[in-house]
Amino acid sequence: MDYPATHGSHAGHDHAHDLPFWRKYIFSVDHKVIGIQYAITGLLFLLFGFSLMMIMRYQLAYPGQPIPFIGNWFGADKAPGGIMLPEFYNQLGAMHGTIMVFLGVVPLAVGGFGNFVMPLQIGAPDMAFPKLNMMSYWVYFLGGVVMLASFFVPGGAAQSGWTSYPPLSVIAPDGQTAWLFGMIFLITSSLLGSINFIVTIVQLRAKGLSYMRLPFFVWAQFVTSFLLLLAFPPLEAAGVLQLMDRLAGTSFFLPSGLVVSNAVLTSMTGVADPTTRAGGGNPLLWQHLFWFLAHPEVYVLILPAMGIVSEIIANNTRKPLWGYRAMVYSVVFLGFMSFVVWAHHMFMTGMGTAMSAFFQTTTMIISIPSVVILTALLLSLWGASIRFTTPMLFALAFLPMFGIGGLTGLPLGLAPTDIHLHDTYYVIGHFHYVVAPGTIFALFAGVYYWFPKATGRMMNETLGKIHFWGSIICINLVFMPMFIQGLGGMNRRMYDGGMQFVHNADLLYWHVVIGWAAWGLGLFQLPFIVNFFSSIKWGALVDKNPWDATTLEWATPSPPGHGNFVTEPIVYRGPYEYSVPGSARDFTPQFEPERA
Amino acid sequence: MHSDPAAIQKSVRGYIMVFVMLMIFTVMTVAVARFHFAVPVAIAVALVIAGMKGTMVAAVFMHLNHERWWVYGTLMLTVVFFLVLLFLPVLTSLDGLGTGSPWLPLESRGR
Amino acid sequence: MNIPYTVEARPDTGLPNGKLGIWLFLASEVMLFGALFSSYILLRVGAAEWPSGELSVPLGTINTIILIGSSVTMVMAWASLKLNNWGRHRLYLGLTFLLALVFLVNKYFEYAEHLHLGEGPNHSTFLAIYFTLTGLHGLHILGGMVVMAYFLGPGAKMWKTEPEQFTNRIEYTGLYWHFVDLVWIFLFPVLYLL
Repeated sequence: MDYPATHGSHAGHDHAHDLPFWRKYIFSVDHKVIGIQYAITGLLFLLFGFSLMMIMRYQLAYPGQPIPFIGNWFGADKAPGGIMLPEFYNQLGAMHGTIMVFLGVVPLAVGGFGNFVMPLQIGAPDMAFPKLNMMSYWVYFLGGVVMLASFFVPGGAAQSGWTSYPPLSVIAPDGQTAWLFGMIFLITSSLLGSINFIVTIVQLRAKGLSYMRLPFFVWAQFVTSFLLLLAFPPLEAAGVLQLMDRLAGTSFFLPSGLVVSNAVLTSMTGVADPTTRAGGGNPLLWQHLFWFLAHPEVYVLILPAMGIVSEIIANNTRKPLWGYRAMVYSVVFLGFMSFVVWAHHMFMTGMGTAMSAFFQTTTMIISIPSVVILTALLLSLWGASIRFTTPMLFALAFLPMFGIGGLTGLPLGLAPTDIHLHDTYYVIGHFHYVVAPGTIFALFAGVYYWFPKATGRMMNETLGKIHFWGSIICINLVFMPMFIQGLGGMNRRMYDGGMQFVHNADLLYWHVVIGWAAWGLGLFQLPFIVNFFSSIKWGALVDKNPWDATTLEWATPSPPGHGNFVTEPIVYRGPYEYSVPGSARDFTPQFEPERA
Repeated sequence: MHSDPAAIQKSVRGYIMVFVMLMIFTVMTVAVARFHFAVPVAIAVALVIAGMKGTMVAAVFMHLNHERWWVYGTLMLTVVFFLVLLFLPVLTSLDGLGTGSPWLPLESRGR
Repeated sequence: MNIPYTVEARPDTGLPNGKLGIWLFLASEVMLFGALFSSYILLRVGAAEWPSGELSVPLGTINTIILIGSSVTMVMAWASLKLNNWGRHRLYLGLTFLLALVFLVNKYFEYAEHLHLGEGPNHSTFLAIYFTLTGLHGLHILGGMVVMAYFLGPGAKMWKTEPEQFTNRIEYTGLYWHFVDLVWIFLFPVLYLL
């Protein structure tokens, strides 16, 4: 391997310090720059997607009232007089989901943390395919632009849910076409990225870094990449099929004789000869192809978070992780099982009892590895000397929050109870607990933890603690009431909050509670935003290893230079050698040779 | 991987042989279609022949029979998921699955 | 800064980076075409009636022979490099490109015949899946041709500067091309004969 030190004062052959600004910071092929690009773009999209929900929450808490302050920004086709139209509510809903999942969480968790941290943790100078890495980011960026632009298309943005079920999505306005093209960009970006990640982890590990010495974070990213690689293509195919239904008049998803607004659906609107559609299509085909991706996708959302939390817990308990081996086997098994559970999202589609039983069984089985991982992390706290730093607070909170999310999933995975709970607010509560106080808290933890490595400065602890306590209280007030609403039978995706149904009458008040909690949650993100930007300039300076951690990324300068490692990294032991008996310090890094 | 000329020459003979076999199988594929078997039989025969052709392309042209564990492993995994994707959706539409006896005609099983 | 194992294989995996990369890409392509085959199955099983005899078997057979032939010429293009025969390599790579072009020309005639009769993808579910499957396959052929044109043209310089890396890249192109051939081997009986 080439290391800068082995070439004297001239680092490498590509004179990184001579590159013009646009090649150093915009079209960079350095994984650290690309990781930061993904992270900042992802955080901005998270903020934007959350803002969409904060607007929706006003309509739900005070239906039919003009939206305060910003109501006149949306125009008469979306919110005349500042009062949200149902179509606009649906656009906000579909785009909130799409943006949070595909433009926010995954790019931050995988593109951001994966790109920045993983090559450092395996002792690599960069990713296996740096140019491909750069392309992945810019294709993602393009996809994001297309998605945002779709709000300005006549008829508005996609409004058939993030799940885009036909026939509704096929007859929806043009924003849906933009959504489909946007998804094709995002999927392509993901595929290129996942190839890069897998090849890098397999091929570029440092000397002495065997698979069972890898930090759990790397294992999590490894399995996640396989999920992205093999599960995304069917959605890409489905997207092409839906585009053809919308643009070429095909009937992949349209049954024969479909009647829309009292008329049989014609081939293409605006065409001189509106022959009826061929029909013969199957709306369930979309659901199968969509959920074939979207179920592994939820593991893409959670696995990097588990990886981040594992690193932070080991570091802040000053103990090895309990059950590392069990965690590794579990995450691999989880990845495999995630491909055979998808139809638990389709229990209400009238499938036969045998297949329903099959999917219920696989769904119950897949809960086991998740529980193993959560239990291992909980047991890692036993007898620990816990440092309650801001990243550790978020990592600790992840555990019970993910626990609630996981447990509430059980009645959804069993068809008899799912009959009552499907498409209710209970589902929204369940998946948000896993993703919001689950994954997003883990991502915050990761930002506080690796910020010093990326910038050479610490974030402010006081602002961090305000961010944490405000967020955890508000976020539980947002999502816990949804279980009550769902159990009471309140449907999701209703623009009036379910007002039109008598059985919801006693549940409507919760929308007010949730709304104020959501706006409070928004306010408590301000300390984070202020902290993030001000610490870049004024944060306390740090050296290589401010957390006294054991993994390879802490062997590099903060921030690492081009090529990362000054001398070739060699790994001598496992990733979590904390409090080794007989050792002078309470941590023994992977990269330090044996003492004589 | 073989790098010396003699080994490559041997491979070249292999490529020509596989080409001839593939031509034969192609002719067989078309010829068999003329027999108008019942649909399930026709599907089975077509897939078996195509499978054999595909295996030859993969094993010989793509050097899969000399390939490394990582490649094999990824492909095995992919084949499993491919089969899952191919067959599970249609199985969910067969409502009579799990009822009655597999030896009775489909009609009596609500299909 | 040099990325290790770009050209030479990593000892414990026996693979250079690009080879693992291209196989992973092909795995994702298996799932992409798999989704379309799955769609075919679901749509056909659910259809009251399914057309047959609408496609030209002779033209399809000729195209099958052409594509298989191009797979042979492709692997020969790589083998020629291993035998250090630059001239033979150019001949075989050029032949592969030409055969691919003939395939696409045949496809054009096939499509034109249907479209002139007003039988587009919106005409029936069978034609919809036919146009989509063969269309996506055709786009993959086009992509392969672009890569081959690059290695016949501006990319050929690399043989002088980095012969081993160039040979590897031709091998990876070949792997992609054989995959495209493999997909057609299944497409042909499924669409034309069943």
